[in-house]
Amino acid sequence: MPPAVELRDITKRFPGVVANDGVRFEAAEGEVHALLGENGAGKSTLSNILTGLYQPDEGEILLGGRPVDFGSPRDALDAGIGMVHQHFRLVPPFTVAENVILGDHRGEGKRFLVHPRRIERRVAELGERYRIAVDPRARVWQLSLGEQQRVEILKALYREARILILDEPTAVLTPQEAESLFETLRVMAAEGRTVIFISHKLHEVKAVSDRVTVLRDGKTVDTVSTASATPRSLAALMVGREVSLAERVPRTGEVGEPVLEVRDLWAPGDRGGDALRGVDLVVRAGEIVAIAGVAGNGQRELAETVTGMRAPSRGEVLVSNRNLRGGDARDAIGAGVAHVPEDRLHTGVAPSLSIASNVVLKSYRGNHISRGPLLKLRTIREHAAHLIHRYDVRGGGPDVPARQLSGGNLQKVVLAREFHGEPRVLVVASPTRGLDVAAIETVHRYLRDAAAAGVGVLLISEDLDEILALADRVAVMYEGAIVGERDAGTATVEEIGLLMAGGDGA
Amino acid sequence: MIRIERRLTQPWWLGVLVPVGSVVVAFGVMTLVLLATGHPPGHTFSRLIRTGFGGMDALNATFVAATPLLFTGLCAAVAFRMQLFNIGGEGQLYVGAILGAGAGLVLGNHTGWLSVPAMILAGAAGGAAYALLPGLFRAFLSTNEIITSLMLNYVAALVIDYLIFDSQSYWRDTSTPTAKVFPQGKNLPAAASWPLSHVGSLYLPFGLLLGVVLATVIWLLYTRTRFGFEVQVIGDSPRAAAYAGMRTRRKILAVMALSGAIAGIGGASQDGDFRHTLDPRGLTSAGYGYAGIVIAALARYNPFAVCLIAFLLGGLQNAGYALQGVDFPSGLVGVLQGLILFCALGGELLIRYRVRLKTRAAAAAEAAAT
Repeated sequence: MPPAVELRDITKRFPGVVANDGVRFEAAEGEVHALLGENGAGKSTLSNILTGLYQPDEGEILLGGRPVDFGSPRDALDAGIGMVHQHFRLVPPFTVAENVILGDHRGEGKRFLVHPRRIERRVAELGERYRIAVDPRARVWQLSLGEQQRVEILKALYREARILILDEPTAVLTPQEAESLFETLRVMAAEGRTVIFISHKLHEVKAVSDRVTVLRDGKTVDTVSTASATPRSLAALMVGREVSLAERVPRTGEVGEPVLEVRDLWAPGDRGGDALRGVDLVVRAGEIVAIAGVAGNGQRELAETVTGMRAPSRGEVLVSNRNLRGGDARDAIGAGVAHVPEDRLHTGVAPSLSIASNVVLKSYRGNHISRGPLLKLRTIREHAAHLIHRYDVRGGGPDVPARQLSGGNLQKVVLAREFHGEPRVLVVASPTRGLDVAAIETVHRYLRDAAAAGVGVLLISEDLDEILALADRVAVMYEGAIVGERDAGTATVEEIGLLMAGGDGA
Repeated sequence: MIRIERRLTQPWWLGVLVPVGSVVVAFGVMTLVLLATGHPPGHTFSRLIRTGFGGMDALNATFVAATPLLFTGLCAAVAFRMQLFNIGGEGQLYVGAILGAGAGLVLGNHTGWLSVPAMILAGAAGGAAYALLPGLFRAFLSTNEIITSLMLNYVAALVIDYLIFDSQSYWRDTSTPTAKVFPQGKNLPAAASWPLSHVGSLYLPFGLLLGVVLATVIWLLYTRTRFGFEVQVIGDSPRAAAYAGMRTRRKILAVMALSGAIAGIGGASQDGDFRHTLDPRGLTSAGYGYAGIVIAALARYNPFAVCLIAFLLGGLQNAGYALQGVDFPSGLVGVLQGLILFCALGGELLIRYRVRLKTRAAAAAEAAAT
């Protein structure tokens, strides 16, 4: 039987780069096939070709042995290829059910009159069958990233995708959520669907896939059976050299005075109600405190409230004993609160503006950047060029729009800007979401350096490995409050997982 | 098979080729229309170019037509840059014309040298205040400014009509018996006429020069200042602006006021440069504010491009007036103007997307070859 998907010698060139250089890839029916590679290895380009967004310059795509030619994403959808992107393609004001039928031109979405109840029922059925819990009537903007991802998967299932591609799907999930996603993927594979799982997290690739294809520098390195591979051997294939996998590094700096104190903080959520219900928290200078929790338990709101992007309804935030004005981001910035936001593309930067503009996104009011009302454009460019060099941002000079950078390089721009502001407190939310091994190493190093330099770091992450490798203390959030705190050096994944699920862990 | 694909890169020459191509296509379609209606195309086009741009008289008339478009084009471009869709340039221009004419009537007889700057300031203040209404609603209640600013255009049109036709207002001329029967605005005193400079026999209205200076100021403001930086960030990503601690509300108010002020000065320029009276019929039938939106879109919100497009559109309008007559219905002039705008906006698609033509045979051959 021919493979469900086969890519033969796919080459795709962009001005100045060969993103895919004769890539070969095949995946069988009923298989979970992992596509492994660092950022810039060509995984995203390859999946964009497979989903009809790009046309390959050379090579061909075969589905079930038949050559196909995708002129647009719709052609690929019609051929039964579904994709769950890293940045979700959802319409926030619409309900889950509405998003699911949006753009579906065969079934319910083709009708002039839409029957919301019927779609909601169908979505609920699908959810049950594949063990994907999400309320079909909820509006997408109210959902956590983890829940939004489930909507994307439902969308593909609703369209009866035979081949489902997931781009870094676990980046927004807790271990438990990831495990339930894997279960969904296994159900799908058992039904004879093909799942292509793009990742760089080695233990996940080990846990879920049947085979792995490794890409490096736009070329296929090898396809191996997962059972015969070890995380170490996969990492070596991916990077092209032996690497040390993330391990806990003992802290070096001294822990000082409290720099961030959060006292009985309450804040409203987007869908009404209280997202924060009396959070108490202390971060000392030189310390990394992690907030763990299942997506949607108030972590995002905590980061936003501490950094002044959301007004608290009660309680206070103190930075070096100074009370911050609630809901005033400028006051927080002035007090020395730096923020690496979860949504780096639309909050962390202004995507269409140049890297230079984004580097001074917060400091443009300062004297070294502007003289009176005028900006010192040359100083800005020089400053940007300096940071680009120092933080090793690849993919463009000061004048390149931020949106053109890859996730890792974009994060470097955000980090460069935030560190350069000489903060006292650094609030980082999912800083390594969607980054590759090398970029994660870099980000972790920067965070450790910041702590060593006396910055109090509040790390909000859904990646427990990251938390246990980096943090000094772990506080677990559940339903808007902190339900427990552990020493990260001695805590176990199981213990924290139990707290995340709402158990008291005592 | 015809396929429309998104372009990954936009080569620079497309920015030139596509607009030029659009105009060529528009003239091509118009040729068909002219042939079908029995007018000689060659003759019509040559008259169009001649009356729009050929010679001093044509250029002088074009400048007159372009001046208000320049202001309303800038008004729209300034606000649209921040994704703030002020559709109210039309109404803001009326209010500017009302206050500008008022200032001219009050001051024109007394201190002559003061009246021109006073008219400019009054026009700007009127336009700004009128634009701040939707601005305040947008900033504090998140009301959609497209709807509110559009509706206020009708209010302003009714106000300006009321002042001349339905009341004994300060603006209305009641000095002669004829003026009592046929309502019209008071004539502005001579000192309230804006200076007309000339280069040879080319006359440059003061408003036109002011508009070009404003375009330069706006360009500097938006590319070189902190204010412009904030406007760019807010326009691109409001969340990033909030994250960076920018005061979005204040910026909405400031940009609305600036946008309205520009349209208001355009209204005052109508009084001082051309009409020398508050002229409701003339202003409300011209549709300057709506043309300004199209100009801003064609210029991609670039103030200098607004100058150029306003000039071209002014020429087209002016030629339209000259063309229409017994043998050439005014409707056909409208058709031509509409076609050019339609093709220019349609051409935008080609900059962002490309059309690939591919026959089925070629597709099959390509598949077989690999």
